[in-house]
Order: sequence, then structure tokens, then C-alpha cells
Amino acid sequence: MSDTMMGIYVFVFSCFVGYHVVWGVTPALHTPLMAVTNAISAIVIVGAILVSGAFGDGFNWPEVIGFFAVFLASINIFGGFIVTNRILAMFKKK
Amino acid sequence: MLQLSQDGYAFVYLIATIFFIFGLKGLASPKTALRGNNFAMLGMGLAIVATLVNPAVTSYTWIIAGIVGGAIIGTTVALRIQMTSMPELVAALHSFVGLSAVLVAIGTYMMEVDGLSHKVFDAVFGTEISLGAAIGAITFTGSIIAFGKLKGSLSSSPVIFPGQHILNLVLLLVTIGLCAKFSIDPDMSALITLTVIAFVFGVLIVIPIGSADMPVVVSMLNSYSGWAASATGFTLGNNLLIATGALVGSSGAILSYIMCKAMNRSFISVILGGFGGKAEEASGDKERKPVKSAAAEDAAFLMENASKVIVVPGYGMAVAQAQHALRELYDILLARDIEMKFAIHPVAGRMPGHMNVLLAEADIPYECVEELEEVNGDFSTADVVLVVGANDIVNPAAKTDKSSPLFGMPILDAYRSRQVYILKRSMGSGYSGVDNDLFYYDNASLIFGDAKETCSKIVNALNES
Repeated sequence: MSDTMMGIYVFVFSCFVGYHVVWGVTPALHTPLMAVTNAISAIVIVGAILVSGAFGDGFNWPEVIGFFAVFLASINIFGGFIVTNRILAMFKKK
Repeated sequence: MLQLSQDGYAFVYLIATIFFIFGLKGLASPKTALRGNNFAMLGMGLAIVATLVNPAVTSYTWIIAGIVGGAIIGTTVALRIQMTSMPELVAALHSFVGLSAVLVAIGTYMMEVDGLSHKVFDAVFGTEISLGAAIGAITFTGSIIAFGKLKGSLSSSPVIFPGQHILNLVLLLVTIGLCAKFSIDPDMSALITLTVIAFVFGVLIVIPIGSADMPVVVSMLNSYSGWAASATGFTLGNNLLIATGALVGSSGAILSYIMCKAMNRSFISVILGGFGGKAEEASGDKERKPVKSAAAEDAAFLMENASKVIVVPGYGMAVAQAQHALRELYDILLARDIEMKFAIHPVAGRMPGHMNVLLAEADIPYECVEELEEVNGDFSTADVVLVVGANDIVNPAAKTDKSSPLFGMPILDAYRSRQVYILKRSMGSGYSGVDNDLFYYDNASLIFGDAKETCSKIVNALNES
């Protein structure tokens, strides 16, 4: 099986998992759901790191492009997780 | 440095995926949600560390600079943001994922050109790269427009022009065509061109959508940001990105579905846009009784003698920041053994769950905040209903008037209660531009003024009695 076909398997099954898990989320927490999915969609940082780090030392454009991608995804990761944490802490206290 | 085999990396990525699923699963209840978020953070940490130690990564300066810079900005914004501005923040964050995906797609192609990619370029790889760039680009500009509309720096009314749908269709086909061209005959200029056209397409699909449909748009872009991550995963042959993107994508899709259902609108009609803004007075000038206006003190008097009070919050509560005054009201009524509940319509506010967050911010216990299905049976036994800055979601025309654009939309049955007070700034109609039948009911009165001030007046009147 090719990588792409394997990827399609993973994709389809993950959609099913996502479907079932997300229907279980209580509507009261739909805003933190968006905030946390926002943070985890910044998993593209993995690709950004691979691009930025691939060309070794010395100046080159892909490294700069990768830098911006890492930078943007990091804003998302930190911003998304921290704001989710802030919201959920409000729900926790009585 | 720590070195892992190919399967070793894949295994760590699998653990990260599982942690993300735990993260989403935790949101089933406010009790487990924080722990879930910690799992998700751990998953992200694992994924990043595993990638950093990958031997394919040979230089670190720019990466560290990017992470540190992003961490500073992200943390600062997340700690300072007002809860009322959450929809804008979420839209802004979606745009970053989109742009990041575009950059990764372009960067991956550069790696390929320089022979640094582990994949051989073929039509499949080309399709993956171009899809990553296109979906990312649409997410990026679409989210920026949504951000502008939510923040108020762009007009929130729909932008419509003749031939719009045709133009959108043409742009979509051109984008697909360019993706196909790139995958057969790749070059950088083709990739850039298709990205730019996808940027334009992203703008055009969001501008016709009015503010009433904003919750759907925000959810839809949430979904796109997930699909963008998945597409990037296909480009890199990385199952972690594919799985995570699919989780996020299906989450956003489900939220869009829930929002559409709560407005009785089809997803297609939301996308085609134009709803909200233009006054569609379909039924013409109906004979209207004059509305009754009341003072805050009247509401206080009735509440004092009530046994059950239900509050229906809407976007107006967020604008006036009235949630804290409502909390005071809740405390007073609780001390007098009067039951007070909050009834939440799925599309109240500008994003899913917006009202719940604001009420939680004001320390109102989530046990007394109920969703439409749970609470609707309670209105008939409520003595007083306080509608705070909500409009369309309590309009009985959705049930009674077949000619109303709202017809068929599930509403909160506020009209069934003994007395409804509607806190309103002025005599305007809701997002939909539809006049609200409820205002003319015998058991309804309007209290004009700022929602927060009115709530404080009610609190004061109760304190003095």
C-alpha cells in the first residue's frame, strides 16, 4: 500500500473518530471546543519545522518561509491552549 | 542526541494523536474538560519534540526564533483577550493555521526542487501540495474577512453583487484546474498563482455572508483549518497531521451542522449568503398594536413575587457586558428562594457556546444554564422571562407565520410564560431584519435602555424592597 493510500485510511477512520467524539461534547463547551481544535490544528507546525530545518546552515529562503510558518503555528498553539485553559477554569469554579 | 527509528517517530506521533482524542473527549463534561486540555497540550509537546530531534532537521536558529516569538505573542493575546471578543480571536487563529499551511506547502515544494524531499515528485504528490496550498489559502483570507466582520472593522452586512455566484464558481474551477496543472507540470509560478486565486476565492466566499450567519462561518472556517492540516499531512506523508486535521475538520463540520439546524437554514443557503441585513418585510404592513414599554422597577416587582424566572441572553448581553449584573440578580433571587435559570439558544451570540462562556465568566454555575431542548418545557411555568439582548431566537413568528423568513427555526418559547420583559436598546429588528411578533404580545413589555444598566436597576430595586 502506498503512503497516500495509507493516509487515506488514516483520514477516513479519523473522521469517524472525530464524528463520534465531537457529538459527545456538551453544547455548553462548544466555544472551548473551537479554541482547542484551533490549537491542535496548529499541528502543521510539524511540517513547518521540517521545512525550516531541512536546509542546514547559511541563509536560504525556505528556512525563512519555514520560520514564518513555525511562528504563525506557535501563536496558535500557545494562544489556543491558554485561552481554552482560561475558559475551562471558569467552568470549573463553583 | 536522541535518535529514533522511522517507526519510533510514527509511534510517538500515534501517542500524540491519542492524546488529542482524549483532549476532545474531555469536553464531554466541564468536570473532565481541563484534564482533557492538558492531554492535548501534552500531545502537542510530544509531537514538537519528536519532530525537533528528527535527523532531517539540521538547523535550529529560525525554528527556535519562530517558536519563541509565537509563544510570546500567543500567550500575551490569550491572557489579555476579553471573553466577549472570543469569536474574533478564534477567527484570527484560524487564519494563522491557514497561512501556515500555505507556507508549508510552498516550502515543501522548494525542498522537492532542491532534492531534500523523501518523496519523488509525481502527480499524487503534486496534487497533495497544491491542495494544501489551496485549502490553506481559502482558510487564511476567509478567516481574515470573518475576523474583520466580527470585530466591526468591516461592515457586517452581506456584500452582494450581480454575477457573484458565477464568479465564485469560475474561481473554484480555475483553482481546481491550476491544482491539476501543477500536479502534472509543476513549477513555482503555477503554485503561487493558484495560491493567489485561492486567496481571492476565500475573500469572496465570506463577504456575502451576513452577521446572522456568523456562527456558521466561524464553525466552517474551523473545519477548513482542519482540512488544511490534513492536506499538509498528505503532502508530508505524515499520519499525525492527517489524523489530527480530520479530527478538527469533522469537529468544525459538526458545529456548522448544529448551527444551521438551529437556524433552520441549509448549509448551501448560508454559503450562498445574503441573509441578514436586507429588510425582507415579506408579509407587508401588518396591523400592529403598539408595543408596551415598562420600567426596570416593574420587572423587579414581578420578580419579587415570582417563583421561577428565566433569562434568555443574546448577543446584546455580550455587547453591554451585562453578564455580571445578571450574576448579582441571580444571587439576590437565590437568596429569596426564587429559581432563576438561563436558557441558551444554539445560535445566541456570534459563535457556538458564546453565551455559556460569558455566563461562566460571571461565575454563574453551569447547572442553571440550560440548552433549548432541556429548558423549553419550563417557559409555561415561568412567572417572568427576561430577554437580554436577544431577538430572533424568541420570535414566535418562526412557529406561526409561514411567510416569515424565520419560519421553521426552533425558538425559545418565551412567549408561553406569564410575563416577558425584553431588554432592548431601541426599537430595531434582529439580525434577520425581521420584526419580532413577541413585542406585540399581551404578556410582553419592552424595557428600553442599555442592558447592563437595566439589569443593575432591577437589582437595585430588589435590594431596596
